[in-house]
Amino acid sequence: MPMVMMRNMEKNQTGTIVAVKVGGELGRRIREMGMVPGTVITIQGRAPLNDPVALRVMGGTLTLRNNEADNIEVEVQ
Amino acid sequence: MAAEIKIALAGNPNAGKTTLFNALTGARQHVGNYPGVTVEKKEGLYECQGRMVKIVDLPGTYSLTAYSVEEVVARDFLVGERPQVVINIVDAANLERNLYLSTQLFEMGIPTVIALNMMDVAGDRGISIDAKKLSGLLDVPVVPIVARTGQGLDELMRQTVDLALRDRPWQAADISYGADVDQTLLEMVEKIEAADFLTDIYTSRWTAIKLLEVDGQLREKGEAANRPLYEELGRMVERLSAHTFKTLETYPEAIIADYRYGYIKSILMQGVLSHKYDVNRLHTSDKIDRVLTHRFVGPLVMVAVLFALYQFTFGLSTLPMAWVGDFFALLTRGVNQIMAAGPLKSLIVSGIIAGVGGVLGFVPLIMLMFMGLAFLEDSGYLARVAFMLDRIFRVFGLHGNSVMAYIVSGGIAGGCAVPGVMATRTLRSRRERMATLLTAPFMNCGAKLPVMALLIGTFFAKYQAGFMLFLTILSWVVALLVAKFLRLTILKGDSTPFVMEMPPYRFPTFKGLLIHTWEKTWRYIQKAGTVILGISILMWVMMSYPGISKDDAQTIHQQRQEITEGFAPGDSTRQRLLAKLDSQQAELALRDSAAGHIGIFLEKISWLAGFNWRSNIALLGGVAAKEVIVSTLGTAYSMGDKNGVDSASLARTLVASPGWNPMVSISLLIFIMFYSPCFITVVCIAREAGSWRWGLFSIFFNTGFAFGLATLVYQLGLFLGFGG
Repeated sequence: MPMVMMRNMEKNQTGTIVAVKVGGELGRRIREMGMVPGTVITIQGRAPLNDPVALRVMGGTLTLRNNEADNIEVEVQ
Repeated sequence: MAAEIKIALAGNPNAGKTTLFNALTGARQHVGNYPGVTVEKKEGLYECQGRMVKIVDLPGTYSLTAYSVEEVVARDFLVGERPQVVINIVDAANLERNLYLSTQLFEMGIPTVIALNMMDVAGDRGISIDAKKLSGLLDVPVVPIVARTGQGLDELMRQTVDLALRDRPWQAADISYGADVDQTLLEMVEKIEAADFLTDIYTSRWTAIKLLEVDGQLREKGEAANRPLYEELGRMVERLSAHTFKTLETYPEAIIADYRYGYIKSILMQGVLSHKYDVNRLHTSDKIDRVLTHRFVGPLVMVAVLFALYQFTFGLSTLPMAWVGDFFALLTRGVNQIMAAGPLKSLIVSGIIAGVGGVLGFVPLIMLMFMGLAFLEDSGYLARVAFMLDRIFRVFGLHGNSVMAYIVSGGIAGGCAVPGVMATRTLRSRRERMATLLTAPFMNCGAKLPVMALLIGTFFAKYQAGFMLFLTILSWVVALLVAKFLRLTILKGDSTPFVMEMPPYRFPTFKGLLIHTWEKTWRYIQKAGTVILGISILMWVMMSYPGISKDDAQTIHQQRQEITEGFAPGDSTRQRLLAKLDSQQAELALRDSAAGHIGIFLEKISWLAGFNWRSNIALLGGVAAKEVIVSTLGTAYSMGDKNGVDSASLARTLVASPGWNPMVSISLLIFIMFYSPCFITVVCIAREAGSWRWGLFSIFFNTGFAFGLATLVYQLGLFLGFGG
């Protein structure tokens, strides 16, 4: 199955997080919100200016900026 | 009755922590600050089985790292104050993610009770949770509750008190982080225990975990406590990091986080959690979002909502603010009748009543602003505003939520910077928040409008509406550019991650809104009231003393005698001339006062921007409150005394005065828009920023900036020949 960076995912696309390639505060924030390898995410939509992006994670909605989503590698279904 | 049991309330933002706290403590709350930071500390009392329980509401956090102030505060409270039990409130509809914080409380070892909140919402979503099984697997009491209705609260508190009375020692949970990390942890714990390294504060396993997570606060404490051991442990961490990076291309910190989630998943999968529907099924809230964050409809609705907030705050507050004003006018009249003229009366009327009235006059405005804002925040809409606007505000180093503060401050002309500065509380990231609260006073607040109307009406009557619109746009442009400048200089730093939760829409509880509003308003009255009273008296002294000079007084006295002797009492010319003389006397008294001397002295510089000493005094008065500018200008041009100024005749005087021309008025407009915020705002800035230095900064930076800009425009205008 193809691996893509989260930024490049389309609306309503679902995938499983493979890696979070960033450390420091940003990495920690991403992980503590449940975006760890193995978590299934679905792109819910994007803001009117195309950034940030909203996603479904574990039955809730999270938002992050495109340049932050650049650090998350996803295996899409 | 003294509190016998102390417990803390911890949980994620949006898990219903405040609702639970309000439900438990009701009106028996006390709000303060944690020492040294601006994070609010809420304490309350609860009575259970004849025992008083003190409940401390910790700031909402997702984690217990040392990155944000909220997390450090929560952590320091737990280890420093050692509450007997921590109630960890978790959102049942978001169990997996909420348990992440719980695992860290377990690692810390503090006795914990889990309050499984919003069981009703979870039920509606087809989520069922076996609380008993969860309790067994986690080895902590788990109590299902619905904080909004109060369901399950008695049971929750019974279990909490039971656990508190057992007085169990802290014991760190033994969660596995994989073979490599576990092995190193064991070795580290051994060394930590052998040397009693920080064991008086933390459990040894927690210390080891935090060192592996490269926790800043713990590293500092560790280095201070036992440097050789700290360095030895540091080498162990480095060895493990090198190893995991070679084999797994990752660091212990990430592995630990992954395993925490793994631990949570493994527990939930043992029959604790079951879904009737697909996990990612769209709920009502998501359907609403399809409209409210829609590419085209979303921004339109947002503009409507922001406008409605503005109308609500400023529309509804007009009447109560007039009542407060009337009350103080009545008080002034009363004092005027009872007391004989003299310095004491002047102090009471112009110093004390004007100062206290100034502070209390804002109260209706602040209450409504907090209520409207709390409604937007608690309902979940504020998170959507941030989501939609983040892209624009990020360019200027701000956050999507900065828009609230700007609008309330006067982004739609006529706001007020006092509630605007307070509205920055919804921003969680410090640098963005500071940049917002320092630039919000640039907006055209309602108090600047009379003087703006006067100047525009006098010199540019034909283009009034267009000019006003232009100045509103100018205020936004300047605020955003200065924010960018601050973020590139003194508030330099990366933007705070936007990784954020979009809570489902909820209808806020009425009780919550009232408590929130009252709390914030009361704190404003207390803090602003005391400081402003002092400043108001100081301003009064400056504008009244040393008072009219002997020579001037002599001249006035002579003229008065001439008039009274020359005309019969009741003659209308006599009345007119006497009134004019009173105005002249007021002007001279002002010129001879300390403020007058300062105004004249400042002329040496202020001529660069075209301001004479009369404008200088008015601007000085404007630092106390912008409303004062017009009346002081009137007094300085002897167009009236403190009892009122006829602005139409003031306008005629200005046009006729030498040294006044359209260019001067433009320069003055610019200066008034951007110079020092009024004192009430400065006090609020200092309080919200947590230091007086920021308050002083806003006075001097803004004034310097405004003067530079006004000078630039004025000189350019003269150069281009617009001065005539």
